[in-house]
Amino acid sequence: MSLAVRTFDAVVVGAGGAGLRAALQLAEAGLRVAVLSKVFPTRSHTVAAQGGVGAALGNMGEDSWLWHMYDTVKGSDWMGDQDAIEFMCREAPRVVYELEHYGMPFDRNDDGTIYQRPFGGHSMNFGERPVQRSCCAADRTGHAMLHTLYQRNVRARTQFFVEWMALDLIRDAQGEVLGVTALEMETGEVSILQARATLFATGGAGRIYASTTNAFINTGDGPGMAARAGSPLEDMEFWQFHPTGVAGAGVLITEGVRGEGGYLLNKNGERFMERYAPNLKDLASRDVVSRAMATEIKEGRGAGKDGDYLLLKLDHLGPEVIDKRLPGIREIAIKFANADPVKDPIPVVPTVHYMMGGIATNYLGEVVAPAGGNPNALVPRFYAAGECACASVHGANRLGTNSLTDLLVFGKAAGDALIRFLAANPGTKDLPKDAAERTLARLSRLESQKGGEAVPEVGREMRRIMQLHCGVFRFPDTLAEGVRRIREVADRATRTELRDKSRIFNTARVEALELDNLVEVARASMVSAAARQESRGAHDRSDFPERDDRNWLKHTLWYKEGDRLEYKPVNLKPLTAQTIEPKVRTY
Amino acid sequence: MHFKIFRFDPDKDDKPYMKDYQIELEPSDRMLLDALVRIKEQDETLSVRRSCREGVCGSDAVNINGRNGLACITKLADLKEPVELRPLPGLPVIRDLIVDMTQFFNQYHSIRPYLINEDPPPERERLQSPQERDELDGLYECVLCACCSTACPSFWWNPDKYVGPAGLLQAYRFIADSRDQATGERLDNLEDPYRLFRCHTIMNCTDVCPKNLNPALAIGKIRSLLAKRSI
Ligand SMILES: Cc1cc2nc3c(=O)[nH]c(=O)nc-3n(C[C@H](O)[C@H](O)[C@H](O)COP(=O)(O)OP(=O)(O)OC[C@H]3O[C@@H](n4cnc5c(N)ncnc54)[C@H](O)[C@@H]3O)c2cc1C
Ligand code: SF4
Ligand code: SF4
Ligand code: FES
Repeated sequence: MSLAVRTFDAVVVGAGGAGLRAALQLAEAGLRVAVLSKVFPTRSHTVAAQGGVGAALGNMGEDSWLWHMYDTVKGSDWMGDQDAIEFMCREAPRVVYELEHYGMPFDRNDDGTIYQRPFGGHSMNFGERPVQRSCCAADRTGHAMLHTLYQRNVRARTQFFVEWMALDLIRDAQGEVLGVTALEMETGEVSILQARATLFATGGAGRIYASTTNAFINTGDGPGMAARAGSPLEDMEFWQFHPTGVAGAGVLITEGVRGEGGYLLNKNGERFMERYAPNLKDLASRDVVSRAMATEIKEGRGAGKDGDYLLLKLDHLGPEVIDKRLPGIREIAIKFANADPVKDPIPVVPTVHYMMGGIATNYLGEVVAPAGGNPNALVPRFYAAGECACASVHGANRLGTNSLTDLLVFGKAAGDALIRFLAANPGTKDLPKDAAERTLARLSRLESQKGGEAVPEVGREMRRIMQLHCGVFRFPDTLAEGVRRIREVADRATRTELRDKSRIFNTARVEALELDNLVEVARASMVSAAARQESRGAHDRSDFPERDDRNWLKHTLWYKEGDRLEYKPVNLKPLTAQTIEPKVRTY
Repeated sequence: MHFKIFRFDPDKDDKPYMKDYQIELEPSDRMLLDALVRIKEQDETLSVRRSCREGVCGSDAVNINGRNGLACITKLADLKEPVELRPLPGLPVIRDLIVDMTQFFNQYHSIRPYLINEDPPPERERLQSPQERDELDGLYECVLCACCSTACPSFWWNPDKYVGPAGLLQAYRFIADSRDQATGERLDNLEDPYRLFRCHTIMNCTDVCPKNLNPALAIGKIRSLLAKRSI
């Protein structure tokens, strides 16, 4: 079967914050760009980001990108690459100002500058006390940002392929990336989008877990496609549990609540974070707060009839502050927790939130993989940015507000790197004969499979296993068992049966194809976690409770082929600043 | 719980029909979207758009017992049985509860939905006072769900000519922005018997907006700016 082929200078997969920022760069440079998204761009999950975007603007008092860099390195538990972290923290103010110039409706101070709020792990003067660094639009920062970026792309006349799902990456015999295969949902047609360069910005994969702050569409398609095409996934054991997901619903309550002065209580009404992080208390890093909460619950101090959640108190902020700075939170708490925070505390639990790992890139958004003795050799014509990528700036634990910063900085940088590459490498490479083979095999298997399991069943089992075996606290036997069971699930996913064979907007087919990606991400995460014999950031092991810099200050690389692991060094050398040497991490 | 859902797959159905579903809910199923996900587990052929499940992405607008709303923030407990679900009215159906939003987005794009300011940007942010910023509240929060425009009779009759409440709300969002310099052109763009003046202040839009925004008020403000300008 031969598929229709369309040819572009660049294909961008994903129209969230990272994809739109990259697309803008490409469209304004006059390239022929196709931007694919499973949903209309403003429905991408960046829309749900609440608390803010981190940048050392210094609008509220003194601040410096060096402090931001220090906080990010420390937050990452020294797993972040310091060249990428320096780059991000230095560029952050510039990209935030750009966004403001595009029309972003940031909150304002009396002097007309952008309002900034405190956030977890962000400090002054290398850890001394909290700093106000998070630039926000009430508690709807992601919504404001995503719409602004989309609007700017409308102005730039970017070409969107809305409700198109990329299915597989196309690579030739030299390993160069030549585009993607994609499904147009409305018609069910599959075609090849050939490109001189390809950029992935497919977002997170929180849907590998049962309880998550992530949207239904966050299924790790980028990492899944990259893994199937032989690219390694980096640091997949590091999953962030956000301290404050609404108990039972998973919906997020921003850390901005604690930034504005809210705090956590156990069933005895005790402000327990004072015991775990005497200095920053409720504004310690997320891994620290989530572990403290899990400990409180484990030791019987959880609230509610089953003692399985904690309480987030903010009524003392008063209705004016709540309605001005946290209106969306009030709406969510009333709808999803039956609690009006101007009177009642919100029941919360640590909830899966963010994938620190992803497709390995350097600080320019170029995808890298070990080759010929170089751990960071370029994968030609392939770029990635945003949550699907691992630059790595978040290391073992991301600081709040740093993902939106990451999207802007690396979305733009990846776009720029791609533009430079195309300028230096004119012409289009020919597609290999087998360009669509993997995709056609997957699709025809789905069409013909008889007597297989239903997709939701296999998905449910995967999410259960991840939740049970790869949670806040990790144990050697449950991890080993988890690896065995997740491999079983991955195997079952190759035998699912699709009953709906319609061509038109077949969401069952889409979900089946998403499952292929979810299981790759789940397997990478479990296998990488079982292998890392230390506790660092979000990865906490009962049998290896300490961080072990001698043996484990290195990035994991997972390859789909044979579930193989490799490691590569963490880059401790910034671009211009001094190395921030590893030390004990306290808040 | 008992549901009656509009079904139509042009690949196999000659015409639309209503299908009955009787499902057991779990205690954790609070919202209509939770029920739809359960129904889809039983009958995978039911097609619906959904993403964020918290009312911020605007994907899952449907007509629920005769009223447009977002399934993910519509409480099951508040719904009368059988719950009748239909696609948003007035737009072509692609399949089941999924409508073709092209006309809706064309109208949104027609109001030049981006900040226009031709001055070279400063090194830092453009300044805006908190009061000027307050003018954008109740406008920028729109999730483009189309609940309002597809509840508006004027939009049903002229979706190609009348901008509709969602597009007009966004037009006013930029008019109201102290940083935007194109108020005159924006008003010119709307001064037309159809684009703005098809609104007959029926208020369905404001009544139905799941984000509690008020397109009718914004339309009123545009009208009075036009009136002011003509004297
Ligand atoms: C509730 C919540 C609140 C948050 N709050 C904050 C915050 O305050 N500050 C902060 O810094 N971070 C926050 N984060 C994290 C941050 O929002 C995300 O990490 C970030 O928005 C991800 O952006 P992205 O552009 O990488 O991906 P997304 O915005 O998720 O976009 C992914 C895009 O890829 C497309 N896509 C995916 N797969 C395919 C495919 N196969 N084919 C075609 N298209 C595809 C999707 O359609 C979508 O357009 C929050 C996260 C959540 C869940
Ligand atoms: S007030 Fe105007 S826009 Fe709103 S529903 Fe009525 S006619 Fe439509
Ligand atoms: S104004 Fe309200 S109903 Fe209309 S599109 Fe926006 S959010 Fe939806
Ligand atoms: S699923 Fe996003 S608004 Fe309902």
